[in-house]
Amino acid sequence: MNDFSNRVPPTRPGAGDRMRAVFRTFLLGELLKGLRVTLRNFFRRKITLNYPAEKAPQSPRFRGLHALRRYSNGEERCIACKLCEAVCPALAITIESELREDGTRRASRYDIDLFKCVYCGFCEEACPVDAIVETRIHEYHMERRGENILTRERLLEIGDRYEEQIAADRSSDASYR
Amino acid sequence: MPDNSVRFTVDGRELEGAAGEMLIAATDREGIYVPRFCYHPKLSVAANCRMCLVDVEGAPKPLPACATPVAEGMSVRTHSQRAISAQRATMEFLLINHPLDCPVCDQGGECELQDLAMGFGRDISRFSEGKRAVPDPDLGPLVSTDMTRCIHCTRCVRFGEEIAGVQELGATGRSEHMEITTWVKRSLRHELSGNVIDVCPVGALNNKPYRFTARAWEMTAHPTVAPHDCVGSALYAHVLRGRVRRIVPRENEAVNETWISDRDRFSCEGLYVGDRLEKPLVRRNGRLVETGWEEALAAAADGLAQLREEQGGQALGALVSPSATCEEGYLLKKLMHALGSANIDYRLRRRDFRGQQKEPPAPWLGMRFAEVESLDSLLMVGCDLRGEAPILAHRVRKAALSGARVSYLDLAEREYLHPIEKAIAAPPGDWADALARAAADSLSGQGCAVWLGGLALRHPACSELLEIAADLPAEVVSGRVSEGGNAAGLGLAGVLPFADIPNDASFSPGMDAGLMQRQAPGGMVLMGAEPEFDCAAGAEDALAEAQFILALNPWASDWMRQHAHVVLPTATYLETPGTFVNGQLDWQSFAAAAPPPGLARPAWKVLRALAGRLELEGFGYSSPDQALADLRRQADSRPDAGPASSGGSAVDSQAAEEERFAGLQLPMHSVDGLVRRSLPLQQAAAA
Repeated sequence: MNDFSNRVPPTRPGAGDRMRAVFRTFLLGELLKGLRVTLRNFFRRKITLNYPAEKAPQSPRFRGLHALRRYSNGEERCIACKLCEAVCPALAITIESELREDGTRRASRYDIDLFKCVYCGFCEEACPVDAIVETRIHEYHMERRGENILTRERLLEIGDRYEEQIAADRSSDASYR
Repeated sequence: MPDNSVRFTVDGRELEGAAGEMLIAATDREGIYVPRFCYHPKLSVAANCRMCLVDVEGAPKPLPACATPVAEGMSVRTHSQRAISAQRATMEFLLINHPLDCPVCDQGGECELQDLAMGFGRDISRFSEGKRAVPDPDLGPLVSTDMTRCIHCTRCVRFGEEIAGVQELGATGRSEHMEITTWVKRSLRHELSGNVIDVCPVGALNNKPYRFTARAWEMTAHPTVAPHDCVGSALYAHVLRGRVRRIVPRENEAVNETWISDRDRFSCEGLYVGDRLEKPLVRRNGRLVETGWEEALAAAADGLAQLREEQGGQALGALVSPSATCEEGYLLKKLMHALGSANIDYRLRRRDFRGQQKEPPAPWLGMRFAEVESLDSLLMVGCDLRGEAPILAHRVRKAALSGARVSYLDLAEREYLHPIEKAIAAPPGDWADALARAAADSLSGQGCAVWLGGLALRHPACSELLEIAADLPAEVVSGRVSEGGNAAGLGLAGVLPFADIPNDASFSPGMDAGLMQRQAPGGMVLMGAEPEFDCAAGAEDALAEAQFILALNPWASDWMRQHAHVVLPTATYLETPGTFVNGQLDWQSFAAAAPPPGLARPAWKVLRALAGRLELEGFGYSSPDQALADLRRQADSRPDAGPASSGGSAVDSQAAEEERFAGLQLPMHSVDGLVRRSLPLQQAAAA
């Protein structure tokens, strides 16, 4: 009820009402009511997890920390086409491209600012060679200023370390793409 | 509309056009969109891409809009079912052999094929056979090739034939085996050949130095003006993260049409090279050391002030690059005048200044560029036009092809690439006589002109040539193809030893560039000029004798490192706001495209700060526009001729031939510091 203008002024409580309130207070009625809820849930199945010993299941589409992948022959996939940089809504990606000695187009710089990133996964969607991916890693922290910038080397390192998981996730999701 | 106009309908709209005009030209004018690859308004019609097929009523098949002349009563539909399905089918055929490598292609994002494939392509290819692959010819240091991407529109071939005048690229083979390549293995050498990059609708021909450095969509285009020749071509500088990545042409029908010279396109590669200065240099104990601005400006001001105190203002002199902006030249002139010196000049390579006060203040062509095309006869004296002003050479070529009689008087015959009336090869000593004779012989008709080119202006008897040209009958336009991007502007700004001299008994006309380069004043200011390259032969030794040398330059040249006392890092034309006046007297102002690197600053700011240090009045400009307004006011009120006493110097006519005629030739890729530092241009020159 929001219609405050027509509110009837409260009537003065009678003697009976006051006695009831006194009993309720001194016999801890409200407390018992609350404890009833506690007791009911005490015997229910628990949904909390003993994190970090236990963890919730993740989707293969989980969008966590970024990684740059390589082909199986060790060649990095990224061709510095800058589509991820263009699509990034948070302007978190910065790429400098160059002509590598073998004549191919390569990134000389590939920085992701984790403070800017909103983990939307557009970079992953835009990538024509599946180079930039978002992994299942979501437990990471920074200790020093500047660690929020994932450089090309660090991204490749993450990719190298988790390639197996990344590849498995991509293949399990492949039929929906 | 003229009598031969016809009326026709396109998509239900009543249009009017000239009979014989191609349909696509009419639809372009009216803003009706017709897709195309091979059609280019500046090139002939090839009609080989078939993308512009439109539905013409009564025609049994769709017709190409680029090769269908408009006719009375014609009814055209550009978006009918038949037109669209023809265009979609064409696109499918084009994409059969085109690789899907847009992510690694530099054309990606500015590709005509990519854009049209979005509109007319299918989602999924029906073609599962093998695609063809084509070897890439090496076209030299300027143009990269990915010939697998070629869609055989032959725009580049037609550009070579029709615009450049030399067929450097051609098509061999037919149908699927057709390849665009050079006849014999050789690189592109024509001075306009970089335009094939813009002409190519796909990524087959691209900018080689720029290759893979940036994407079209992430750069900002800043309009600017080219500084290397008297054409002043309109450019866009594409800038990413504070650095100029490439130069592309800006359309300006009155100046450069849609073309630019390779020198204008690739000179930006010299911007960030090794000897670019990021900090001021001051000589201490015989060595140049990096300092901050405070210290360097103090050293510069002290050096100039001390010399003025000891030897008077006349002991100071200034040489200005002919590619400096009007504002820079004006401020330096004002500074020199305030210091009591009239020794300032921008005509660095000129050697004969007799009668300079009678010459028109701005060395210009005497006509608009567009008027060149309608000339009847033209005589060029000592003019390597293709090297000096490539865009102008294109205009002359157009004139020659439409019947103008073009003659040359030069050291030797050059490769002209257009029909010529006469090519007179004469030793420079005989040019005065030869000019008088040739002018009488070869100039006739309604529009005729004599142009003096760089070799004539560097000639030791330049004043005689100028006089002969000026004394020709009144209907002959006498013009000059001047060096640098702003010779006319600096002339109008009065960067001359006799212009705008304060009305003061102690002031007399100063030393011209020739005199300063032979007997250097005690204190020299060099703005944008590197004496070992930008001056007349032998100047670097004479200038090194100066007691105090202040250089304002974007780079530290070897000579400066050896001899200069203070070097102040300034901005190039891409990093400073300013104004150039071109050979047809257009005032073209531009803004800075990118910030100068490090502590380098635009020269007009440096001069303002220097004037502040010297406690001079009247330099409180807060923008170059104010300086420009002042200089234009001064230029408008200036009398036509300078004071009679300002005769000007000449080289010793008794000197040996060799010495007198040294430095007459100037290679096109050595004209200024930026061009000399552009590695691709130097490689192209050496190839």
